[in-house]
Amino acid sequence: MTDHKSKPGSLLIRGGYLIDPAAKINAPMDVLLRDGRVAEIALRNKIRGSSDEKFDARGLIVAPGFIDLHVHLREPGQDYKETIATGTAAAAAGGFTSVCTMPNTAPVVDTDEWVAWLKLPERGAVVNVFPIAAATVGSRGAALTDFAALQRAGAVAVTDDGKPILDNEIMRAALRLGAELNLAVVQHAEDTRLTENASMNEGPTSFRLGLRGMSAAAEADVVDRDVTLAQQIRESRLHVAHLSTSDALKAVRRGKRAKARVTCEVTPHHFTLLDQDVGEYDTNFKMNPPLRSAADRAAILVALADGTVDAIATDHAPHATHEKEVEFERAAFGITGLETALALAITKLHRENKIPLTRIVELFTAGPARVFDLRGRGSLARGSYADVTIFDPKKRWTFEAAKSRSLSHNTPFDGWQFAGKVVATIVGGKIVYRGD
Amino acid sequence: MNQPARGSLLGIEHLEDKEILSLLKLARRMNPLKARPLLRNKCIALLFYEASTRTRSSFEIAAKSLGAITTLVQSSGSSIEKGESLIDTGYTLRAVGADAIVIRHPAAGAPHLMAKHLDIPVINAGDGMHEHPSQALLDAFTILKHKKSLKGLQVAIIGDIYHSRVTRSNCHLLTRFGAKITLCGPPEFVPDVAATLAPGLRVTRRIEDALRGADVIMLLRLQKERLAGQKISLQDYIARYQMTAARVKLAKRDAIVMHPGPIIRGLELTAEVADGPQSKIIDEVHNGVPTRMAILARALGKAK
Repeated sequence: MTDHKSKPGSLLIRGGYLIDPAAKINAPMDVLLRDGRVAEIALRNKIRGSSDEKFDARGLIVAPGFIDLHVHLREPGQDYKETIATGTAAAAAGGFTSVCTMPNTAPVVDTDEWVAWLKLPERGAVVNVFPIAAATVGSRGAALTDFAALQRAGAVAVTDDGKPILDNEIMRAALRLGAELNLAVVQHAEDTRLTENASMNEGPTSFRLGLRGMSAAAEADVVDRDVTLAQQIRESRLHVAHLSTSDALKAVRRGKRAKARVTCEVTPHHFTLLDQDVGEYDTNFKMNPPLRSAADRAAILVALADGTVDAIATDHAPHATHEKEVEFERAAFGITGLETALALAITKLHRENKIPLTRIVELFTAGPARVFDLRGRGSLARGSYADVTIFDPKKRWTFEAAKSRSLSHNTPFDGWQFAGKVVATIVGGKIVYRGD
Repeated sequence: MNQPARGSLLGIEHLEDKEILSLLKLARRMNPLKARPLLRNKCIALLFYEASTRTRSSFEIAAKSLGAITTLVQSSGSSIEKGESLIDTGYTLRAVGADAIVIRHPAAGAPHLMAKHLDIPVINAGDGMHEHPSQALLDAFTILKHKKSLKGLQVAIIGDIYHSRVTRSNCHLLTRFGAKITLCGPPEFVPDVAATLAPGLRVTRRIEDALRGADVIMLLRLQKERLAGQKISLQDYIARYQMTAARVKLAKRDAIVMHPGPIIRGLELTAEVADGPQSKIIDEVHNGVPTRMAILARALGKAK
């Protein structure tokens, strides 16, 4: 899957333009990687030490390795949809050097053994895998898992993604235990009592198509409650997954103003598409949370620009063809997203909405690293891990789903023309992806 | 994945005006008692995933009056029970020789999915809460037997609009030709968003408001089970929205009363209204046959 694999040792990235928001660098700089770490950064041609290998980054942006807080790699148990090997290959092609995996697999990742299993070399990951473990046993919403053991095994957060924690007492207990361990609780905010049998956003389009709709309130009410709990519980950390509505943003802003440790992520599809784009029941436009109204998307664009949103996360959710080529209401929720995230951010956020590249890089690097407290990631400051993403913000290209590295091809962006392409992805000092 | 085959009828929304007019014109010339073997040697598959009396029997009679043979496949007693997918069921019917498929399905968009994968015409006989285009065509056919034109016609549609595929199709068709429609019922059944479906629609909660000046009164079946968990009770609904002889009088003197059926006497309407002189409910059923003959003839390119 990897196009080029260089030997461990040292790699000098020369002639590029470095954007490292965490280190407040925005200048032409060279970067020397050695033994898996950033050895030196300096103005062009000022690095003296020798290197085994050189990478010519002239005309390209050099950034800290991108971090995706929300991916479904489907192992264990659903390797017909995706494997850690294929999913991380897709991540590398999308410029991601680290991915945080969701625990809603078969079985659910709710023990330290399963967390450790995800990190074994036999899984064949080509980028860093940071498991997010289940918050409750079997994600059944009843008994909390052993957060401390999960954390020791390598879990970076806990969540019952896809099965929101609705019970106030369980959510309170999860935030309390998370606070003791400095572990974020990630919530897929959806009041499932209000969304039974619903398959898209509630609005004129769902009414016209005769589909049951998910209201914005079904998301916002849960975020509102969670933010209130996070304010009440000292040191607790709440992370709102794939936020999609204007009202949920209001709740997040309220929490941030009150200095609660509340963070949120937004997906590329939610800042790009609208509910009406579902057309005549195209199941590649079906995901949860659903595509929303124009007003919601506008609010999200503002929040991406003004700093309310902490990270862009893909919610990469691969599904087999037979799970998508069925009646819309029966089709699986979710789309793939690892290989199109940067291109959508540059095309939609930077070019169309004039959000600066530095902010976009922050949303892929420093922002997500802070959310789960991933030390040594999200920056290229000296001593950091040698994870680097190199991209050409001007390169035009067309995405072809059939050529995706993911095992599944359920994307609404097949055939889309983009500006902005990953040129190289470097993990621990090794080039794991090289584009054209 | 392809465009639907020529002759498919998936919904009214994307059907061109001239196609609607030519179908209505063709329906007027169809007579099940004077058989015209336009579809001799053709095979029409009737694929029903949901219960149906009117739609199924009238499609079958329409096909047979045109000389076609039919095969009926229902979800129970077929491979659908064994888990065969919709697309595979379509391929199977195509392989046994179906020249067109008439499909009724509880999921919105099911006919569209089938049409994307098949090269034979697919006719939507009702998909979930989405559309029921043949019903809208036969309703227009029925209205035009009693009214000169759809233009400027005042239509009141009363009842469970939210769950009604008939209403969605009727709203698209009637407003396209200049009718003004008032949707009436409690918010649970008539959400405000319903007014966005087509231009010339409005929503009211008051039945008197809907009926004043109406040329056509369309009623919808109320499913008791759908009242479960709703704020409105059966008695409330009957008190506020049941069509009674006294309420019919609020409309124009020559107003007609319609209902796609099945009707529940004593619930959305009284027996007096159902059997009254202004009721065209049985006419609608009757008109279903020539309308569906026209739809099938068009589907197989025999619209002469």
